[in-house]
Amino acid sequence: MSGGPLLEVSGLCADYGAGPDAVHAVVDADLVLHRGEVLGLAGESGSGKSTLAYAITRLLRPPGMITGGSVSYHREPGQAVDLLAADEGALRVLRWSEISVVMQSAMNALNPVLSIGSQLTDVLRAHRPTMGKAERRARAAELLAMVGIAADRLGSYQHELSGGMRQRVMIAMALALEPQIVIMDEPTTALDVVTQREILEELTALRERLGFAVLFITHDLSLLVEIADSIAVMYAGRLVERAGATELLRAPRHPYSLGLLSSFPALHGPRQHLTGIPGSPPDLRRLPAGCVFHPRCGYAMDRCRAEAPQLLRLAESDGVGQPRAVACWLQDGSTAAPPELSAPSLAGSQQ
Amino acid sequence: MTQIQGIAQPPATSAPPLEARGLTKHFPVHGRARGGRGRLRRPAATGLVHAVENVSLALAAARVTAVVGESGSGKSTLARMLARLIKPTSGTLLLDGSPVPTGGRGRRAYTRQVQLVLQDPFASLNPVHDVRYHLARPLQVHGLVEPGASLDEAVAGLLERVALAPADQFLRKYPHELSGGQRQRVAIARALAVRPRVLLADEPVSMLDVSIRLGVLNLLGDLRERERLAILYITHDIASARYLADTIVVMYAGQVVESGPAEAVTDRPEHPYTQLLLSAAPDPDRAGPSGRPALGSRGAPPSLVTPPPGCRFHPRCPHAMAICADAAPPKFDVADGHQSACWLHASDLDAAQASPIAARQAGQAPAQPPGQGEETP
Repeated sequence: MSGGPLLEVSGLCADYGAGPDAVHAVVDADLVLHRGEVLGLAGESGSGKSTLAYAITRLLRPPGMITGGSVSYHREPGQAVDLLAADEGALRVLRWSEISVVMQSAMNALNPVLSIGSQLTDVLRAHRPTMGKAERRARAAELLAMVGIAADRLGSYQHELSGGMRQRVMIAMALALEPQIVIMDEPTTALDVVTQREILEELTALRERLGFAVLFITHDLSLLVEIADSIAVMYAGRLVERAGATELLRAPRHPYSLGLLSSFPALHGPRQHLTGIPGSPPDLRRLPAGCVFHPRCGYAMDRCRAEAPQLLRLAESDGVGQPRAVACWLQDGSTAAPPELSAPSLAGSQQ
Repeated sequence: MTQIQGIAQPPATSAPPLEARGLTKHFPVHGRARGGRGRLRRPAATGLVHAVENVSLALAAARVTAVVGESGSGKSTLARMLARLIKPTSGTLLLDGSPVPTGGRGRRAYTRQVQLVLQDPFASLNPVHDVRYHLARPLQVHGLVEPGASLDEAVAGLLERVALAPADQFLRKYPHELSGGQRQRVAIARALAVRPRVLLADEPVSMLDVSIRLGVLNLLGDLRERERLAILYITHDIASARYLADTIVVMYAGQVVESGPAEAVTDRPEHPYTQLLLSAAPDPDRAGPSGRPALGSRGAPPSLVTPPPGCRFHPRCPHAMAICADAAPPKFDVADGHQSACWLHASDLDAAQASPIAARQAGQAPAQPPGQGEETP
């Protein structure tokens, strides 16, 4: 962690559709991505995590639209660009060279009729017009080598590569212009566990070398706990908890985070009966009143059924230099939180 | 139809409800189709995909057997052979210890006993039919509704068995009105309609959201206890296999490499491939810079058209010895009921056989042109 906010999201809202039937996919999201940090965004399908990423990068397509909030990108400390106000020209300069995206399905993201070499050089041709042909070719080979693929694969097509190699090509492409931020949307979900581990190890090594920050989106909280510095948990379009990865694992504060963490069977120790979270995620068109999680929450009180909690900043640190935040009425000090939701924090309270 | 009404009584033998002996499946690989006189002709097979090789397993009543492996390891092909959706190249299936009946009538009798639940409940339910239709069909087809008894009551009973209550709330719903977990429960209820004794579940939770996976896994666990079902649980997630299963079978490149009691296999893995799988699995308890051991080996599974000679894992194995490239290892008993197919367990190897060969540190590219190693052509 090398300090300084790189990307600040505040009060971001994104809807699908307009008028009274609009579905509020992201509601009032606050996030800060620091320089060189891996920020994990965890949530189930439909929780709004991909919508949030697309809104940040202005890639959200109609009927999706951004209805409020701000996103500022700090290229240098003190030099902020408002991404939501930026016009197409400004975005074109920023995209890929400053902020790049690795899409979930490498299978669909690569063009099947172009060799991967020509797709890699295409990026360079568009954004680095001064580069010569031989130079572009050399850079493409270098990028492939960086992700552990032999340079003679430049002439290969997508179908000639294994799933892991395709995803590596996607990562190489995203890093082609040495961006500051790489947004990864479920980059390893379709891969086998061994390949997934290899790619994560490579990603960690590349990040140490190149120093980019990562917004890592996944439904797999157990994976995130291992690779992320801090984690934001989303539920039904809302951020419900934000904390350092270790803090979240050892001392979750939101009942949903606790439920998610206890949904993963352990690989060692005695086999225990786990219950997961009862019920299923809500329909965004018919959200419950009050806290959106209350119908599935074992701790729900009367207040939860009536009033929606805001993201509260807690007095304790998230373990990576920020105050932790949670949206739960159990944590506002008016009631005593149950012991499993008030485990002692590792970082101690912030003085 | 009266002779097939009611529940088939299990014969009074100790044989497991379903047993597979030496199941093998080879799919032919065809070259490029060529036009000949105005029509395409399928060319002769140019090779074989060795998808499943000599797999034997027994599914005992009231037990969950998990088959764990990466994609392309042959686990779904195995399930399809057990469900008799595809015909094995060789090997036999035994139902209660006797060879399975053949012919249309025999097939129907077999599906009364053995049912399959597929991975994707979004695709395995028909979008134009409601829940009641999906659950009533198997009852009608197999003539399981007593004359005079209410079909609706039977369907409601099925919904209750998979904990979808109150039933009348779900009867008239269409698949798109249900959540993923509810859909998978309907798919399981449909499989349970014929009161089978064997349930084959092919990745039943991998398409579901994390928070509802456990609910479906616990349902399978309940069915094991309550209805004494023999369950085959196919998964790529070894942690969930450890959670649910009594026995774990690990497959690699179409072969069983290790099998044994669930906790023995995950806590004391004997085969280098099982060790690799376990070291790669996400494990929050090992989070942090020092907690995670380095991956034992890298690379990708081999081509199944031209599988490596000897042990199929040897090109990736960090412990590979000379003999591993020459001969396929037999199964060695390493503990009670725990077997591992690895030459490391052999005690009588001579020095030449046991001399280490450097594992090809792949990770770069598969040795074979990729695309050939896929599960089915």
